[in-house]
Amino acid sequence: MIKYVIIGNSAAAIGAVEGIRQVDKKGEITIISNESHHTYSRPLISYLLLGKTDEQRMKYRPDDFYEKNNCKTLFSKTVTNIDSKKKTVTLDDNTSISYDKLLVSTGSSPFVPPMDGLDSVKNKFSFMTLDEAKALDSALTSDSKVLIVGAGLIGLKCAEGIHAKVANITVIDLAPNILSSILDTQGSAIVQKHLESKGVVFKLGDSVQKFTEKTALLKSGGTIDFDVLVLAVGVRPNTQLVKDAGGEVNRGIVINERMETSIPDIYSAGDCTEGMDISIGQNRILALLPNAYMQGECAGKNMAGEACVFDKAIPMNAIGFFGLHIITAGTYDGEVYEDLHDGYKKLFYKDDLLKGYILIENIKKAGIYTSLIREKTPLSTIDFTLICENPGLMAFGREVREEKLGGLKR
Amino acid sequence: MKRVYVNEKWCLGCHLCEYNCAFANSDETDMARALKDIKIHPNIQVEENNGIYFAVSCRHCDEPLCVKGCITGALTINDGVITIDKNKCIGCYTCILSCPFGAVAPSEEGVVQKCELCMKTHDGIPKCVQGCPNAAIVFEER
Amino acid sequence: MAIDYFYPEYEVARNNDRCITCRVCERQCANNVHSYVEQLNKMTSNDANCVNCQRCVSLCPTKALKIVKSDNTFKLNNNWNQKTMKEVFLQAENSGVLLSSMGNPEPYPIYFDKILLNASQVTNPSIDPLREPMETRMFLGSTVHKIERDKKGNLINNLTPHLKLALPIMFSAMSYGSISYNAHESLARAAEELGTYYNTGEGGLHEDFYKYSKNTIVQVASGRFGVHKDYLNTAAAIEIKMGQGAKPGIGGHLPGTKIVGDVSRTRMAPEGCDAISPAPHHDIYSIEDLRQLVFSLKEATDYKKPIIVKIAAVHNVAAIASGIARSGADIIAIDGFRGGTGAAPTRIRDNVGIPIELALASVDARLRNEGIRDNVSLVVGGSIRSSSDVFKAIALGADSVYIGTAALLALGCHLCRSCHGGKCNWGIATQVPELVKRLNPNIGYKRLVNLLEAWNHEIMEMMGGMGINSIESLRGNRLMLRGVGLNEKELEILGIKHAGE
Repeated sequence: MIKYVIIGNSAAAIGAVEGIRQVDKKGEITIISNESHHTYSRPLISYLLLGKTDEQRMKYRPDDFYEKNNCKTLFSKTVTNIDSKKKTVTLDDNTSISYDKLLVSTGSSPFVPPMDGLDSVKNKFSFMTLDEAKALDSALTSDSKVLIVGAGLIGLKCAEGIHAKVANITVIDLAPNILSSILDTQGSAIVQKHLESKGVVFKLGDSVQKFTEKTALLKSGGTIDFDVLVLAVGVRPNTQLVKDAGGEVNRGIVINERMETSIPDIYSAGDCTEGMDISIGQNRILALLPNAYMQGECAGKNMAGEACVFDKAIPMNAIGFFGLHIITAGTYDGEVYEDLHDGYKKLFYKDDLLKGYILIENIKKAGIYTSLIREKTPLSTIDFTLICENPGLMAFGREVREEKLGGLKR
Repeated sequence: MKRVYVNEKWCLGCHLCEYNCAFANSDETDMARALKDIKIHPNIQVEENNGIYFAVSCRHCDEPLCVKGCITGALTINDGVITIDKNKCIGCYTCILSCPFGAVAPSEEGVVQKCELCMKTHDGIPKCVQGCPNAAIVFEER
Repeated sequence: MAIDYFYPEYEVARNNDRCITCRVCERQCANNVHSYVEQLNKMTSNDANCVNCQRCVSLCPTKALKIVKSDNTFKLNNNWNQKTMKEVFLQAENSGVLLSSMGNPEPYPIYFDKILLNASQVTNPSIDPLREPMETRMFLGSTVHKIERDKKGNLINNLTPHLKLALPIMFSAMSYGSISYNAHESLARAAEELGTYYNTGEGGLHEDFYKYSKNTIVQVASGRFGVHKDYLNTAAAIEIKMGQGAKPGIGGHLPGTKIVGDVSRTRMAPEGCDAISPAPHHDIYSIEDLRQLVFSLKEATDYKKPIIVKIAAVHNVAAIASGIARSGADIIAIDGFRGGTGAAPTRIRDNVGIPIELALASVDARLRNEGIRDNVSLVVGGSIRSSSDVFKAIALGADSVYIGTAALLALGCHLCRSCHGGKCNWGIATQVPELVKRLNPNIGYKRLVNLLEAWNHEIMEMMGGMGINSIESLRGNRLMLRGVGLNEKELEILGIKHAGE
């Protein structure tokens, strides 16, 4: 009987459990988490504050998940060390657990750059975990003036989540545009305008030079008064355990397409890793929940002995702010098709392949574009003009449709 | 597992599947009362261009990207049927980003909707299949 | 034309309380009757274009539609009725021969409806077809008169070729061209499944349908379209078409616009050229000429195929049939004046020919009187509408029947009688691909099979009721028939007694 140990309890870990159980119904699975909660969906913490979900509904899997999948859980325990020779992990209570196959799905942690006077701020929060979200929530009043450092996905989702509960929100970012990791300048301007119309104030291309307890002095010279500070500058993969064990680590834990690290029998999946981004053909960190799950599932299958490859990872994001929906995928490289009449649409293509796209507002059937990127469909084999205007299966040949819709296998 | 399959050779582009779907997912017992003067949002949709027609609905994939990518766990597979728990869904649209068939769509309630093979509403054969006048949509094992 | 003499004959009655503007009516009408008015969110109709084919009515999911006869009336006149006046207006406008499709719709007597069947009571037991074996199989062809033996005394097989029918109903001649590919496929597959035959008409046999050839009767008509060696040899039987009940004495004319693609190839007629089937066969001016063609075809097919000669029921049908029975033909098919057509001059269709019931009775009687009834089998068509029509026809002397219109009804035809327009909304009498695809043969063939299996069950019930367990025993059994409301002459021709006698 194989002994599986999984460090982490989020999407990649759950994916691994489901992957293992597709192959091996009997093996012993132990899940170790430094949090105390049943598996929950991290991206939902902003929806929790928004009131769109609650702690019960934001559970990533049903209450009986561990029981049904016959998993042992060790919550509120932190792994301090991996001994790859003895094949054991050591916990913060000094107990050690042996493994046959280990998955490191430790995720990432907020990255806080050194900022002058930050220590003097009492009401400061990160926005990554359920506990952090709850702590932030309890610090908020209807009079709160909130300063969010970072106009990325986490910072802006936080802004949306707390918007109705506070007096005002200011978001500051060094970059000149919001959501600069997923949007082009033109697209981010649209989203910024939308957020501004809801009352969110932006200070872009600026940064905090010095904090006092309730004031931020900006590099540009002005000051912002705040009661509550949210730090959402960025995240860093939690790679230390693997690094200490002698595994190959760049920015993230390096894995191959079978989710194996450089150490035998140690696998890694999720936000702590860097794997192949097929849209650019290079390794990079793709901290996205769908990727985490699919990496985890693939790792699980491999751990249980069924050869499995996950080689379809691309950057992709589906996100919305105050009813404005955005879907993006791939890289923004090559020639551009744009249609700004019905929402905002940009398709980026190069070398007979779709490389990336940005859709704002009209996001219907976006997955058809995603699949062109993932499957590397040569654009010369489809009616590209048609699919640019209208994502659909019409742009494919009849034979392709017979396969896709008629279930005919060729 | 039985699935809905589409043969565009016989699809007339009549769009009746869309109306039968919308009716099946309404709470009414009379189609006219259910669908009069409303814009329908069916889970099966006809694509048409230059005299070619075919209906597209969820394929209930064996390896569903929508389920794997779902950030809430609202999309699940039950006996092969991919279903959406609208109470859990928060409308992030990651499934719309993921589905290679364009078969998941935003719903009027702000979450997502998709074909569930009429499992929640009817027993046996999905209404789009029952109502197709030319057997272009069939429900069978393949 | 500045004055419009024609008020729409039919009106679309739309129940706007039930209409959900799904626009299926609009999409399904090739005549552009329905359209959507966006500003009002309502459907509207152009009644003048409606042919009352009922496609929209059948597909409307909320049953919000019906088509009603317009009640606009010219001043009533029992002599100059509405239809007659309209025809005059039409011809005054365009000076054309009036064209019609399908069978004669005029109120002539229907003798089948004036004949009643017998049943067993007390003295002769009836048979329960669910418990007892029942035979509806029929063989068609010439019967051998004499048993021959060789020198050793063994039987010599001198049987002529026959058709074996699992039930006494065949699909009558409808050409590829007059009906669609999908209609043909439906007929062919149904014939195969039922163990009976369908008939190519004078349109040739599409290469895709050679696989059904053991259930195919191929036709040789006056234009000889589509006739070649393989065509003859692949068939189960060959039918020489001398005439058609809907248009006796008239040939055929398929406009060049319909001779395209597969139709052209199958007919062996150049694309775009009108395909004209002459009124007569120009090589047949006598029974002796007919005999030559019969034997030419037998020679061409090595005497392996029964030859059918099809004629329209006309005044001297009995004498003509007598001649055909001596021509070497194995089967005579007689088509009554109600028989259908894809296009015929209205005056011909509605005024020429005689009822099939009378023609059949007189032919059967004449052949029997002359002692040549066994030379041939008799197949009758021309509005066989139900299993009881089949039953009565067999009791009047037929070996089997042809059905055409009933088969098309099973495929969806609603007898709008607009085949000649080529825009059949049911995908039957059209070559427009968009319309042809509306008839899915997977559905069509099944409906044909359903229909004929139902009829066959009913035939067995009626046979059982009169204590007959084999269709052979019913054939020509006029004692099982009685007339109601018929005069002496009609009864005499039909060879039946009046009810109560």
